[in-house]
Amino acid sequence: MRHIISVLLENEAGALSRVAGLFSARGYNIESLTVAPTEDATLSRMTIVTSGSDEVIEQINKQLNKLVDVVKVVDLSEGDHIERELMLVKVRAMGKDREEMKRMADIFRGRIIDVTDKDYTIELTGPGSKLDAFLKAIDPAAILETVRTGASGIGRGDRVLKV
Amino acid sequence: MFRVSFLKQPGHRGPSVRAGKKIMQLSGAEIVVRCLQAEGVEHVFGYPGGAVLFLYDELFKQDMVKHVLVRHEQAAVHAADAYARSTDKVGVALVTSGPGVTNAVTGIATAFMDSIPMVIITGQVPTHAIGEDAFQECDTVGITRPCVKHNFLIKDIKDLAVTIKKAFYIASTGRPGPVVVDIPKDITALKAEFEYPKTISMRSYNPVVKGHPGQIKKAAKLLLEAKRPMIYTGGGVILGDASVELAQLVRALGYPCTNTLMGLGGYPATDPQNLGMLGMHGTYEANMAMQHCDVLLAVGARFDDRVIGNPKHFFEEPRQIIHIDIDPASISKRVKVDVPVVGNVRDVLKELMRQIEAARGGPDKAALKAWWTQIGQWRSRDCLKYDRSSAIIKPQFVVETLYKVTKGEAFVTSDVGQHQMWAAQFYKFDKPRRWINSGGLGTMGVGLPYAMGVQLAHPKATVACVTGEASVQMCIQELSTCKQYRLPIKMINLNNRYMGMVRQWQEFFHGNRYSESYMDALPDFVRLAEAYGHVGMRIEKPADVEPALKEAFARKKELVFMDFLTDQTENVFPMVPGGKGLSEMILV
Repeated sequence: MRHIISVLLENEAGALSRVAGLFSARGYNIESLTVAPTEDATLSRMTIVTSGSDEVIEQINKQLNKLVDVVKVVDLSEGDHIERELMLVKVRAMGKDREEMKRMADIFRGRIIDVTDKDYTIELTGPGSKLDAFLKAIDPAAILETVRTGASGIGRGDRVLKV
Repeated sequence: MFRVSFLKQPGHRGPSVRAGKKIMQLSGAEIVVRCLQAEGVEHVFGYPGGAVLFLYDELFKQDMVKHVLVRHEQAAVHAADAYARSTDKVGVALVTSGPGVTNAVTGIATAFMDSIPMVIITGQVPTHAIGEDAFQECDTVGITRPCVKHNFLIKDIKDLAVTIKKAFYIASTGRPGPVVVDIPKDITALKAEFEYPKTISMRSYNPVVKGHPGQIKKAAKLLLEAKRPMIYTGGGVILGDASVELAQLVRALGYPCTNTLMGLGGYPATDPQNLGMLGMHGTYEANMAMQHCDVLLAVGARFDDRVIGNPKHFFEEPRQIIHIDIDPASISKRVKVDVPVVGNVRDVLKELMRQIEAARGGPDKAALKAWWTQIGQWRSRDCLKYDRSSAIIKPQFVVETLYKVTKGEAFVTSDVGQHQMWAAQFYKFDKPRRWINSGGLGTMGVGLPYAMGVQLAHPKATVACVTGEASVQMCIQELSTCKQYRLPIKMINLNNRYMGMVRQWQEFFHGNRYSESYMDALPDFVRLAEAYGHVGMRIEKPADVEPALKEAFARKKELVFMDFLTDQTENVFPMVPGGKGLSEMILV
């Protein structure tokens, strides 16, 4: 099953490689991993999307907690949460396709953030499934380049991950 | 750019007074040595090199911390590791950058797998040279990351003292483990104010100590309801200094007990309630009781593959499992447990004992009697029997005689292989921290450096190293260290001219094709020992075993290398083949 795990960790050199190393050493899956400092500059927040049986996910949680740099671990998928991912897509936009591409971007609430006479660069935010849906909806031949950040997640309501 | 002052400036050395406090201006190297002194470190095992010269210079100027010069960095880490295993102190090793570190990695990984508290100080090229492929540079933090509990690279001399404090704290608390502190050379020359922190707290590191009382209550209830109970204990009992509490519990309940390879000595081996070691080369009775019990209490053990064999087979018999461990990640890792208790084993065992005493009614006596009768039947199989009338020396006989001659009082280290298993099976350890071996990583070559660490920690004790002619050659150069420090270790070399355990597997599972497991062109160990300035003995006949051992152990001040020519075809029994279940043993 897919899980989305949030980790608060010391913002120290090497902390990211400790987490990445743990996943590769123990053979756990990483679908995506994003990390950036929080409002408290001494802490980083990481979101890991992974998958595995209940036993594997339990071990992932325990092993993450065991890392000395890790302050807190929460499996967001255990409760209500919101996930967002950012995607930038460069698409061919010429002739009659140019207007169609603009319309598709609007339908998906994307924004065109760069324009040339041949192509658009579209910014799209949402859960991963929405980004996938957009890519399916447009002509595959029109896609020149995509880049995705991987999911970030946060608990709904008063679920807060803080030190 | 900073400027490194290589000259001692007397004006900066004395204490300066700020806000009524004495604060010392010291060089990084002095700070490291002061930290070690403050931690009460008596011995540092190491090998000098370019990146640690300032540190060695400071060690030279004092005599509180004694440095032990090994002949290879791997041995420095092993010796410090054994120093920790045989005491309850943190072992300390000091090596230089680059090859010093890579040589040390085997030792670090060995300590990590067995959760040994250690601090390894490594030199690093100067800060400005890091990343430039400088001479003797390697990414120490990167290379050691998967085999340490934690590691640090010091980038600012202001962090030096507090980081060393953290290193000792992390190494020795929770589930212990090795911690590497990588110190660039310029940091050891720079100066800073020195104050050693008395205590430390880290928001990201708070190991659990006390077990959950509700869980312990559940455990007590389950234990008392057992019809066929079994207590299985591992290295956690040794590391957690909980053997007294374990013995109280086992005796109060009257239940059978087994120790893992790492847990030998946790419960007295000569006590009738002890069924001997379990696992791949465990006794028939211990493995059968493990497989057929209805309630299993696991204490400081981790259900690894060499202990329970195939977990699927293990689960073919229904049983309830209570698991006490300080590391939550050890619980339900290979085997799902019913009552997990996370905590320091000693405190949890004490509380468990209190709960059992408070409970109304004791164990089910009739069921227990029937269970012991069953165990007695398994025991009568005499699974450790061997040919005592052999004209060739049997390795088991050497270990049995060693036990007799040393009256069971020796510290015994071993290398890895058949001799290790025979030592574990035939030397009866009644006390914890007497059996020193590499259980998790299975590192050949540890035996001799382990014996050095133990002998330095216990100068008056009898220390024997049970080894084989293959393993011992992996760190044989340490015979030179033993001469330098006059370590009167007794080397028991069970020489069968084979990598015995490899040969055994080839005999059982690879059609007797002894691929590269025969040792041709062995050295003359007697003359080799003599060349290093020690006493060498060769023993070829069973009748000579006891007199030779007596003579060797009577030489209290000398290292004696005893080369026993043993039966080449002897195998270790019982054996649970890889991937098989505990009750699928090959018996003699």
